[in-house]
Amino acid sequence: MRWDFASVFDNTDALLVGAAGTLRIFAICLVLGLSLGLIVGLGRYSRNRWLHIPATIFVEFFRNTPVLVQILWFYFALPILLPFQISPLAAASLGISLNSAAFSAEIYRGGIQSIETGQWDGARALGMRWGQAMRRIILPQALKRMLPALTNRAIEIFKMSTLASAVAYVELLQQGKLIASLNYNPIEAYTAVAVIFFVFLWPLVQFSYFLERRLRRDE
Amino acid sequence: MTILKVTGLTKRFGNTDVLRGIDLEVARGERIAILGASGSGKSTLLRCLNFMERPGGGTIALDGQVLGREGRAGERSYPESELIQVRQRVGMVFQQFNLFPHMTAIGNVMEGLRTVRGMPKPEAEARAAKELARVGLAEKADTYPAHLSGGQKQRVAIARALAMDPEMLLFDEPTSALDPELVGEVLAVILALAEEGRTMLLVTHELGFAYHVATRVIFLADGAIHEQGPPDEVLKNPKKDRTRAFLASHKQFSF
Repeated sequence: MRWDFASVFDNTDALLVGAAGTLRIFAICLVLGLSLGLIVGLGRYSRNRWLHIPATIFVEFFRNTPVLVQILWFYFALPILLPFQISPLAAASLGISLNSAAFSAEIYRGGIQSIETGQWDGARALGMRWGQAMRRIILPQALKRMLPALTNRAIEIFKMSTLASAVAYVELLQQGKLIASLNYNPIEAYTAVAVIFFVFLWPLVQFSYFLERRLRRDE
Repeated sequence: MTILKVTGLTKRFGNTDVLRGIDLEVARGERIAILGASGSGKSTLLRCLNFMERPGGGTIALDGQVLGREGRAGERSYPESELIQVRQRVGMVFQQFNLFPHMTAIGNVMEGLRTVRGMPKPEAEARAAKELARVGLAEKADTYPAHLSGGQKQRVAIARALAMDPEMLLFDEPTSALDPELVGEVLAVILALAEEGRTMLLVTHELGFAYHVATRVIFLADGAIHEQGPPDEVLKNPKKDRTRAFLASHKQFSF
């Protein structure tokens, strides 16, 4: 057995296109997933049942169905039910974002609940509205506690982006498959894909450590 | 001149009646010390006055204006916008300080001015610096609460309340969470505010301080006002047995 990465390097362009695709879907799902997660998390935190119950249904539904099934469903089933086509990017983004929203919602809820009621008292005693207290007092403190868990979510989203290859969205794994099938070099192709993922994710994790340290400057 | 008028105030937590009909009229410039055993309802009373707790029944009037609206069943509802106005006029200082740990001392004092009043930053900063200087903490402006002593934290919390120009101040056991050697610095700040003629209600266990600072002492028992009057009467010559017993238990080991 001989390792020959030449066939991979010959396809650098394809991998670059794949990397761009991965970064694009990662950025979309990170923003959509974590911001929708905050909204759902606030719903889960709310004592108003008209907010709490729908948020709970959302979380339970998307936590307990596989992302891959959701992506396939959005891509193949939804266009049968609705009169429009859906792109591979849109289908995959929907599946990954909704799943991430469900998981991050629980992180937000837990983070917000972990803040002492005295902080609410302090904020309300100054005359703050609920939203002001949440934005200025509660969320900044909660965010600090949630950061490790949210970083895990971000890493998870990055890796879940490979599921988009199931609907032929052009991302790293999809391009790896392509290279492997054209050159009959699965060992090198998939090793290269794995290494590229590591090269992207490792700095991301280091950045989150830096953020954690920065947020701890008030201690 | 009456600033606050409480009529028939009640509050229940679950099956417990914490307040059973409190009537209280506070004149401008009055300093009222509220005493009572734990569970007598004194903190709840204070927290109802700026609506940290919603009153169960009865009415609260600020400057002659009865707060809230009466519902169909006779219960009162309190729209948030009204409570926000009230809380800006009635400042509160807590036993546990409740400083915002992610903001510096001056950040804490500015927060209400910036977020609630929408004051521009330079103006809010100047005002906050003035309030910090008033409580003797000008040099701690850029220090985070985690690096302040308990006494300093409470003084920042007082500055934070003062920055909003409250017409009335509520102190909820402001020195109970402090080490004994730190109590004095906080009481000194409160005393200075008293000498300015500010209206204040103070729940405290510091009987000596209550005696010196209060214009009126209220003794609360079982969620009702059991006895009230000038400190000389209530603290030195209480008329009721329960007041006497309470004071005796507090003075048990004094010399």
